[in-house]
Amino acid sequence: MDGPLEKIERGPEPAKLSLSVNGATLVAEVEPRASLLDTLRETLDLTGTKKGCNQGACGACTVWVDGRRVVSCLTLAVACEGREVTTIEGLVEHPMQEAFLSCDALQCGYCTPGQIMSAVKLLEEGHAGNDAEIAEWMSGNLCRCAAYPHIRQAIREVRDGEHQ
Amino acid sequence: MHAMSYARVGDVASALAEGADPDSRFLAGGTTEVDMLRIGVARERRLIDINDLPLNTIEDLPGGGLRLGALARMSDVAATPSVRERFPMLVQALELGASAQLRNMASMGGNMMQRVRCGYFREAGMPCNKREPGSGCAAQGGFHRGHAVLGTSEHCFATHPSDVAVALVALDAVIHLQGRYGERAMPLEDFFLQPGDAPEREHPIEHGELITAIEVPAAPVARTSLYWKVRDRESYEFALVSAAVAATVTNGVIREVRLALGGVATRPWRARAAEQMLTGGPAISDAFEAAASAELAPAVPHPQNAFKIELAKRTIVRVLERVSAA
Amino acid sequence: MTTTLIGQPVTRVDGHAKVTGAAKYTAEISLPGMRHAVIAGSEIPAGRITGIDKSRAMAEPGVLAVLTHEDLPKVATQPVLTLSLAGTVAHGQSFFPMQDPVIHYAGQPVAIVVGETLDAATRGAELLDVTYERTESITVIDEGRDRSYVPEKILAGLAPGEMGRGDVAAGLAAAELTVEATFTFSANHQNPLEMSASVASWDDGQLTLWDATHGPTATQMTVASLLGIPASRIRVITRFVGGSFGAKAMIWAHPTLAAMTAQIMHRPIKLALTREQMFTGCGLREDNEQTITLGAAADGRLTAIRHEKLSITSAYDDWAEPALSGSGELYACDNFAAVYHLIKGNTMTPTFMRGPGETAGLAVLECAMDELAERAGLDPVELRVRNHADVDPVSGRPWSSKGLKECYERGAELIGWGDRDPRPGMRRDGDWLIGMGMATAIYPVYPLMNPQRARARLYADGTAVIQTAASDIGTGAATVLTQIAAEGLGLPLEMVRVEYGDTSLPFLAASVGSTGSTAGGNAVHLAATGLREQLVAQAVQDEGSPLHGADPELVDVVDGVMVGPSGSESYGEMLGRNFVPETEYLGTYQHRVDDEHALLNFGAQFAEVAVDAALGVVRVRRMAGVFAPGRVLNQKTARSQLMGGMIWGLSQALLEASHMDPRFGRWANPSLGDYLVPVNADVPEVMVETVEVDDPFINPLGIKGIGEIGMVGMAGAIANAVYNATGRRVRSFPITIESLL
Repeated sequence: MDGPLEKIERGPEPAKLSLSVNGATLVAEVEPRASLLDTLRETLDLTGTKKGCNQGACGACTVWVDGRRVVSCLTLAVACEGREVTTIEGLVEHPMQEAFLSCDALQCGYCTPGQIMSAVKLLEEGHAGNDAEIAEWMSGNLCRCAAYPHIRQAIREVRDGEHQ
Repeated sequence: MHAMSYARVGDVASALAEGADPDSRFLAGGTTEVDMLRIGVARERRLIDINDLPLNTIEDLPGGGLRLGALARMSDVAATPSVRERFPMLVQALELGASAQLRNMASMGGNMMQRVRCGYFREAGMPCNKREPGSGCAAQGGFHRGHAVLGTSEHCFATHPSDVAVALVALDAVIHLQGRYGERAMPLEDFFLQPGDAPEREHPIEHGELITAIEVPAAPVARTSLYWKVRDRESYEFALVSAAVAATVTNGVIREVRLALGGVATRPWRARAAEQMLTGGPAISDAFEAAASAELAPAVPHPQNAFKIELAKRTIVRVLERVSAA
Repeated sequence: MTTTLIGQPVTRVDGHAKVTGAAKYTAEISLPGMRHAVIAGSEIPAGRITGIDKSRAMAEPGVLAVLTHEDLPKVATQPVLTLSLAGTVAHGQSFFPMQDPVIHYAGQPVAIVVGETLDAATRGAELLDVTYERTESITVIDEGRDRSYVPEKILAGLAPGEMGRGDVAAGLAAAELTVEATFTFSANHQNPLEMSASVASWDDGQLTLWDATHGPTATQMTVASLLGIPASRIRVITRFVGGSFGAKAMIWAHPTLAAMTAQIMHRPIKLALTREQMFTGCGLREDNEQTITLGAAADGRLTAIRHEKLSITSAYDDWAEPALSGSGELYACDNFAAVYHLIKGNTMTPTFMRGPGETAGLAVLECAMDELAERAGLDPVELRVRNHADVDPVSGRPWSSKGLKECYERGAELIGWGDRDPRPGMRRDGDWLIGMGMATAIYPVYPLMNPQRARARLYADGTAVIQTAASDIGTGAATVLTQIAAEGLGLPLEMVRVEYGDTSLPFLAASVGSTGSTAGGNAVHLAATGLREQLVAQAVQDEGSPLHGADPELVDVVDGVMVGPSGSESYGEMLGRNFVPETEYLGTYQHRVDDEHALLNFGAQFAEVAVDAALGVVRVRRMAGVFAPGRVLNQKTARSQLMGGMIWGLSQALLEASHMDPRFGRWANPSLGDYLVPVNADVPEVMVETVEVDDPFINPLGIKGIGEIGMVGMAGAIANAVYNATGRRVRSFPITIESLL
């Protein structure tokens, strides 16, 4: 959505939204009430983004909107028109993915895409100075398998350039 | 979630025009609004997305104050160097709230409009005077460990959940509102209503009125300040008790003190009784304890949350000790 | 055979799919024409439905159908609670909902709403108007304390309601030291991050069901029995499972409801539970009260143990988590008595949750042992060593293997136990009081009841596929099965692929009770080694082979090359020469009942905690766990699983609680914001080690399992550390701030 901000009017019936996801323009025909999470998973078949609570309480659905990590369950798809959405599918051979694998920073893998989307941004934000800081700034991503110490290790290793 | 329509507006005038529709509601960060719509508490049929409004600036005011645009994100405010330098407790309150993702989404104005976490408020079909006026308060006699002990009424004693509002209230912040018929401002403290006999009314804001900014007046005292949050989990949890404190202590005497409490009251709780007792007195533990006791004297406990009275007192003592030692 | 692959820290074979988002979990399956179904649950805990008005729901755009007990077919058999461990049907409870208007518990499915979209179905369920006639309910222990009874059996008939040996009264009379204490435990819900889900699709009388489960075979047999169709007409697929911790160990109503709905709608149906429904749809760990009495001689040697438990079960099953048996197995003590007391209440039948039984029971026993150590003036480790059971106190048989003393020793070393001051409240670090505690961990080695099967297939290109119906719920099963297969076949890892999670593959029971590796591992081991032997036998008989005439015993296989005394060739060369595109072998592992040895899994847990002296906040600073789980199949994934278990113990000790509001008979905190599980910042670095114990008796691979043992003991160790820090014995789990103010 280039140019000046103009009024957008949608709904309540399904409307064709033009969404920029992972650099591609995708069209999703959804209602305004559809969350970005459900739109990714149910309409666009981008199922790498996980639904863990639909309550904003687990972080499994973490994606980037305009380059910032957010939870997609509390984001409406319609509000993302004109914004840049990045999901785990948009990450290609990122060192963080390799570090999660080699550190065994996952078990069931269900929280993993959200953890990785959060961890990459954590480094960019500059919140990985030490383990306590990593732990605090990664606390928005629950891991029920409790791989937390390994998640911190993976982040440390990427921070320290061990996975180029 | 019920079906609804959506409009995105780009300027304040359009927002006010669209927002006048009684069935509409503003959408900012969405962290509260989408949640409320999903659980059926919010029932508006039309969302007015105000995220493109030019209300996201964070400005230093001459003299050392701040003006925070209502749409400034929590994370952006916390990351602003001048805020970090002048108002440590504001930054701490922001960064101890929610999670990094939610702080990237949530706006400062929206944070002021957060709804309570009471399980009965959130659960359709349960008696709740806030959600269904007159239906009763199921938290009385129910599960209420997290509930308030200050500012309560028999109709509602749900805790106000915000952290940053506690720090802002301690800082005498002023909230700016704009409606179709003009602008107004009020002390932020007055923006939060106690439940009394109308718990459904939480803010003196009119339908369709926009929060445009929060101003924090200059407060040199805040350079020595602290926000302390007590909770079961180390992170990503609402406070059981929190305290925002700023103090200037010279030669063992408290010259100026600001103190507000979170997690224990139905609104961000400015601890004026304690402040009054502390100001001009010695910065010693006995004085802190006396002030804490005075502040909590009107507290009304329920079986599961009675511990908060003692916990709040001890937290007050802790933060005062820390800040006066700094 | 040279051991090169088993035990190696091989990276998860399914890891790449997980870190890239390519892994598809059940609710991510989409089929052409598929519609969404949402369950509407009962708002009352007891009574009956008096009316269901569908009109508002049906008027909602996109809502296609509302199904109630009047619309749903009757089940073909009344379910009877059967443990998934049995390898057959696995009904989570002796009740199937939506058969009549009777309500047994809140959240019980009362209707299914089908929508074009998930949003439409969800909204339809919200708009359903159900009226009820509510009757009296019991949902907390205090409401039914006067109605408790001692069940004849618990655990679907597998364990007795009362047990013991010797004479406890005499043992207590002879005791010079006694400890008696009552503990309470909050109800817990497993809350795997992936909500349970099923996708059902019928095609010409054949049902394909994607289901998030520990056991696709368990889902297959359970749904077959309820629908009254042959198991052969159901294929269940379970590729990725986002954790379970017991929530998906038994088969609950939703897969069958999905299948019924798909049949009625003539459409594929996706039915996913919501997070709120994870509190009423997959069982729970029941809240309970336990009283323990220990008697001991002055030197700390136990003379008597009495342990009782009181908890609520459903109206139709005698379920109690088997919390008491561990107290009879852990220490040498001649006199032991245990009794389960149950109250029939308005809950679904409770179920497995990680470390079922032992994790609560041992918290009690090990806290009591800590008190006893203090009374006896003994170091807690020394007290346990003094009471070490050299043989199984229940059967009198020798252990198949043990290693517990080594676990104590190494664990104490790791945590620096020597620095512990036995006097409580003595160590301080600023605002924090520091304390250390320890506890023992044990977990049963459950027998597998039926034959476990796996197929190994080798292609002429030299690559192999292993097939078994196993499910990998995050344990690393797919990875260790690949390792076992590669080692058994003599192939490099990258030439072996494992296919699993599908009932069209050879039978494997549900992966529950720490038996997954035992079942799958031994079956795959037999399949792989069997295929290797078959290929070697073929080679030595093949006149065209350089191995012709060799003694098969002298043939080794390295990287797919059969190496004999006088020549070698690869599997592929031999198959190619004989125009054999593929060959396979079916391995069957039948658990052999060993009536000469006692089987039990052992470990030792240590924790250092900090307690804010004024504010009561508890933070765990260090944890060390040392376990003797038999053979470790993969050092990397095993470490992760044991560490996860230990952190679950932290969570049990300090955070997890489901709160029941008895007035409404409903859970008061069914969300991940209010049901607290640890976040990253709660979890310190965790020291995990294993003690190698060679166990030739337990099963061919010497595996005891690692899924639960990591959790058992940790809550007790933390509670004991809190005592050491503060001098307060908190006997209510989770330990909260208010209990330490």
